[in-house]
Amino acid sequence: MTGSTTRTATGAGLDAHLRVARGSFELDLALSVAPGEVVALLGPNGAGKTTTLRALAGLLPLDAGHIVLSGQLLDDGRSTFVRPERRSVGVVFQDYLLFPHLSALENVAFGPRSRGVPRQQAREVARQWLARVGLADLARHRPRQLSGGQAQRVALARALAVSPELLLLDEPLAALDARTRLDTRASLHRHLAEHAGPTLVVTHDPVDAFMLADRLVIVEDGRIVQSGTPADVTAHPRTDYVARLVGLNLYRGRGEGRGVTLPSGFVLSTADDVAGDAFVAFPPAAVALYLAPPEGSPRNTWEATVDGVARHGDNLRVRLLGGVGEAAADVTPAGAAALRLEPGQRVWAAVKATETRAYPA
Amino acid sequence: MDRRSGTGAGVPAPLILPALLALLFLVLPLAGLLWRTPWPDLVAHLADPRVLDALTLSLLTATLATALCLVLGVPLAWLLARVEFPGRRLVRALVTVPLVLPPVVGGLALLLLLGRRGLLGQYLYQWFDVTIPFTTTAVVLAEAFVALPFLVIAVEGALRGADARYEEAAATLGARRWTVFRRVTLPLVAPGVAAGAVLCWARAMGEFGATITFAGSFPGRTQTMPMKVYLLLETDPTAAIVLSLVLLVVSVAVLASLRDRWVSAA
Repeated sequence: MTGSTTRTATGAGLDAHLRVARGSFELDLALSVAPGEVVALLGPNGAGKTTTLRALAGLLPLDAGHIVLSGQLLDDGRSTFVRPERRSVGVVFQDYLLFPHLSALENVAFGPRSRGVPRQQAREVARQWLARVGLADLARHRPRQLSGGQAQRVALARALAVSPELLLLDEPLAALDARTRLDTRASLHRHLAEHAGPTLVVTHDPVDAFMLADRLVIVEDGRIVQSGTPADVTAHPRTDYVARLVGLNLYRGRGEGRGVTLPSGFVLSTADDVAGDAFVAFPPAAVALYLAPPEGSPRNTWEATVDGVARHGDNLRVRLLGGVGEAAADVTPAGAAALRLEPGQRVWAAVKATETRAYPA
Repeated sequence: MDRRSGTGAGVPAPLILPALLALLFLVLPLAGLLWRTPWPDLVAHLADPRVLDALTLSLLTATLATALCLVLGVPLAWLLARVEFPGRRLVRALVTVPLVLPPVVGGLALLLLLGRRGLLGQYLYQWFDVTIPFTTTAVVLAEAFVALPFLVIAVEGALRGADARYEEAAATLGARRWTVFRRVTLPLVAPGVAAGAVLCWARAMGEFGATITFAGSFPGRTQTMPMKVYLLLETDPTAAIVLSLVLLVVSVAVLASLRDRWVSAA
């Protein structure tokens, strides 16, 4: 039934449930993206991000589930499979995949040309798109003559030149150096905001995700482990991976009143009331280190072993073992010098209850 | 430390002597050819109408054979490189048969297929009054038969080496498969196709066995350069040497054009 155009009752935007098995890896992901919404699919390598993108683009058929875009069923894992060239999906690939034998202009004109627009008209469309991404004067350049940031913008223009319903971006900024990345991210943000259809950005970089997306969907091992606005995810991580991404210490235990009992038996005092299965999170900067047990003030204190010390911005990040389990603490270089921190050393760690956040699991 | 660094140092004598002999064995005959070349009368010999006829015919048939190989071979290479089908390994093996088959056998096989009483030839003759053997067409077919594997193998290798993700990118832009092939795949493997065509052409230029069996040796019609060399050797050895020199120059030019791709790659 290739190319069938069954219409379903589902409304605008993307509604998908992707189920794909690849050897021992299994992807099972329910995903919907509203028109105009930018969703970032965030996850570690091998989580299934690229598989998701390939399935949506039609480069990988589903084993089960469905993909419905603007009411049109694209794939149901059985009888319906719309081939990639017949989907209204634009893709910006990770390393852009600009055709090396074509100029920037011809790269952008390729889509319209392939969809039957006459040559001159397609070039005109391409010229307009190159102008919109600020590269009008590089139209004749071949991809190898473009810088990374320019290539990224040509790739974006190429994907948008066919006016796709759904826009997919695979690690759009991963190939760029830090400086270019900053500029390109800002311009990419503008273009994504202008795109009327649903947009899905695949990335493993939390900064890209937080800056570009309205909503984050976090995948690990082919499943969604958390989703929400960047603010929500940052404040309430639900897995170790997310906690590391947003730079928080995260623990799970049983809450009762203003305390959460961890599997190790340690009871963390919190500022929030929680009952039952609960998370507690606090930033590494909230952890204070002492050589002797601190006295006074209502704090969580525990004895820990220094596992490692590494630079982290202007400070040093100390990895601790013991008490609550694994924990990270940030100390100033001066503080570290005073404590003479080195691996294996015993220290006391303290966190004020008011610096912690507890929320139901 | 220093003993590990030099891979060239300490080559055993039992290897170096045969290696030098092998090199001499390959180079000395060519030197002999150059030594006997009648340099002062070279132009006069080349202008000999008999030589010119053979040269023109060889250039024409080798070029036509290469064109035929391109038209048929590139799609076959694409099929072998891009499509999973049952018996693909067998097909790939069949493609290489002309490489190892004695050319005379190839020529005979073509004769049995396309001769007036051949498997297909009898119908060509009865229904269309077409006779292929011992014509210039037969020369082209014989050359294409032996040269086709060179093209297919070169192009298939290039296709396998090309990044198929460009083709996926083209598909997401709305290009159908034929458009993808024409506008993305083919340009990407163009250097491989060119290298294959050059090898193919060189092989066609030098073809002797299959051609003389299937097409005979009629001056101006089927008598190509290699046949002329062979025949002249008995009547006019100097002319034969001149023709051989021309073929040698062609070979060296082919080698030079592939220099960057294959020779130095090893």
